[in-house]
Amino acid sequence: MKKFKWLVPTIYIIFLMLPIYWLLNMSFKTTTEIINTYTLWPQEFTLDNYKKIFTDSTWYTGYLNSIYYVVLNTFISVAAALPAAYAFSRYKFLGDKHLFFWLLTNRMAPPAVFALPFFQFYSSVNLFDTHVAVALSHCLFNIPLAVWILEGFMSSVPKELDETAYVDGYSFWKFFFKIFIPTITAGIGITMFFCFMFSWVELLLAKTLTAVAAKPIAATMTRTASTSGYELGLLAAAGSLTIVPGAIVIYFVRNYIAKGFALGRV
Amino acid sequence: MSLELKGIEKKIGEETHIYSTDLKFEKNTINVLLGSTLAGKTTLMQIMAGLDKPTKGEIWFNDQNVTGVKVQKRNVSMVYQQFINYPNFTVKQNIASPLKITGIDNQEIDQRVSKVADLLKLTPMLDKKPNELSGGQQQRTALARALVKDSDLILLDEPLANLDFKLREELREELPKLFKDRDCIVVYATTEPSDALLIGGYTATLLEGKVIQHGKTLEVYNKPNNLDSAKVFSDPPMNIANINKKGEICSLLADNVTWKTNLNLRDGNYKVGIRPHNITTYKEGKNSIEISGKVLISELSGSESMIHFTNGDLNWVSLSEGIHQKDVGEETKLFMNSDEFLYFDNNDRLVGNV
Repeated sequence: MKKFKWLVPTIYIIFLMLPIYWLLNMSFKTTTEIINTYTLWPQEFTLDNYKKIFTDSTWYTGYLNSIYYVVLNTFISVAAALPAAYAFSRYKFLGDKHLFFWLLTNRMAPPAVFALPFFQFYSSVNLFDTHVAVALSHCLFNIPLAVWILEGFMSSVPKELDETAYVDGYSFWKFFFKIFIPTITAGIGITMFFCFMFSWVELLLAKTLTAVAAKPIAATMTRTASTSGYELGLLAAAGSLTIVPGAIVIYFVRNYIAKGFALGRV
Repeated sequence: MSLELKGIEKKIGEETHIYSTDLKFEKNTINVLLGSTLAGKTTLMQIMAGLDKPTKGEIWFNDQNVTGVKVQKRNVSMVYQQFINYPNFTVKQNIASPLKITGIDNQEIDQRVSKVADLLKLTPMLDKKPNELSGGQQQRTALARALVKDSDLILLDEPLANLDFKLREELREELPKLFKDRDCIVVYATTEPSDALLIGGYTATLLEGKVIQHGKTLEVYNKPNNLDSAKVFSDPPMNIANINKKGEICSLLADNVTWKTNLNLRDGNYKVGIRPHNITTYKEGKNSIEISGKVLISELSGSESMIHFTNGDLNWVSLSEGIHQKDVGEETKLFMNSDEFLYFDNNDRLVGNV
């Protein structure tokens, strides 16, 4: 029995990695090879797919657009959620618990519900096809999430810390920026990660609210056929590259995430 | 310098946390607020610090009304039961933070920090972060931060409660020395009567949001003005029995134990309060009285033996020096030191102690 200890984790990892391997595999093949033959690794190894993405502006601007609105959204969400979460964790006010729960219910409606009103609204205020429009629309689900996560971290900081700072002579704002925010950096890191992730993978709103100028990479990728026919290799390369930012972010916050799970709010 | 609470009241919603309270603390004194949890010690301290506003009443400091003055504008320090330090600062930065904010020059800050660190034995840890320290060291850091500025008022809210026994003993002995030569008023909240006795100074006993008695610690201990104050200032809890006095003779109503007294009281029924350490397995004092009982629990704590026993329909607690093991259910004889009895009338007011 002991001899086969490695077996289960190995199978698990193989199953997990299989789709990613297949994607990478495809991205180094030519479209002809993908369609016509079944090969476990590229017979005709090519980097043309990647070259095309990095040189053709219709492709790489997709990435830039996505990164632009995702980063913008992450900052808006965290900036808005910090004071809100502080209020929820430190003050009692009329309906605070209901309001806190109501924040979560925002996550219960599928984004598709909001696609039409958002499209109409952003068009009428001339924000259609801008990065700001997508960043703001993603606040719909990211701000409640950020408030929810941050509130957990803030509540784990005893309110006596605030009081000690006031007793020592700190004003509220000095305390908030010099002591409180550094105390919950792990929480802010996790919150940013989740905002980044949800905004990065969201497709429907991003696609609805953009046309050309702010078109996200995922929208570019869903265009399976072009004038030159099916470009499966190219799409696979684009897909592989789309995984990269998420992987980078995960690498940086992996230690914080464990802490977040321990707190039970992630 | 003095701190005066005039008719302070605190209500949260419909609930009264502090009933109308008048207290006056004088310059260079240590004042203990003694009471169980929920007695209102913390609320009272927060009002004194200016972290919370009283619903009614005024706070006067140095003959100035400071009721609405913000905590930042008052020169106070506070140490909590939890070990509160700024986690992102080193120990040194933690201690220096109240000085930094006032804009004192760095040389003086360094000087004062190293002096306080020395006093609290923190010098080797100055460059560490608080969460790398033991609980005792963390609390020392918090104390150092409270001592580094020349506060007019230092508030200590059960500062030793979260420490283990040994550290608590150690720090408890140091505390009074730390405040000795300071020009300030110290208020120390605790649930432990022994803390109050060790610290000395003045004590105010609190029960359910009311100050029962305020005076010199030993006076409050020896002459509690009523039964509640005596109960608050006794740990383990005080034994209370109904007695009858006829002439010189007092007798327990529940048992035929009798003793002589020369108290100048009218004949009738009274209550007697006997602290557990005045009931012992050995004779103590000139007028010791024998009492018999059935052992309920017998436990050792350190070098003391606590024996719970029943006599009449009452449960009694006794505390003796040394190790005295008794079996459960055993009939035993103990001795009460009647010199230390406290007599209360039927309205629970102290009427006499010998």
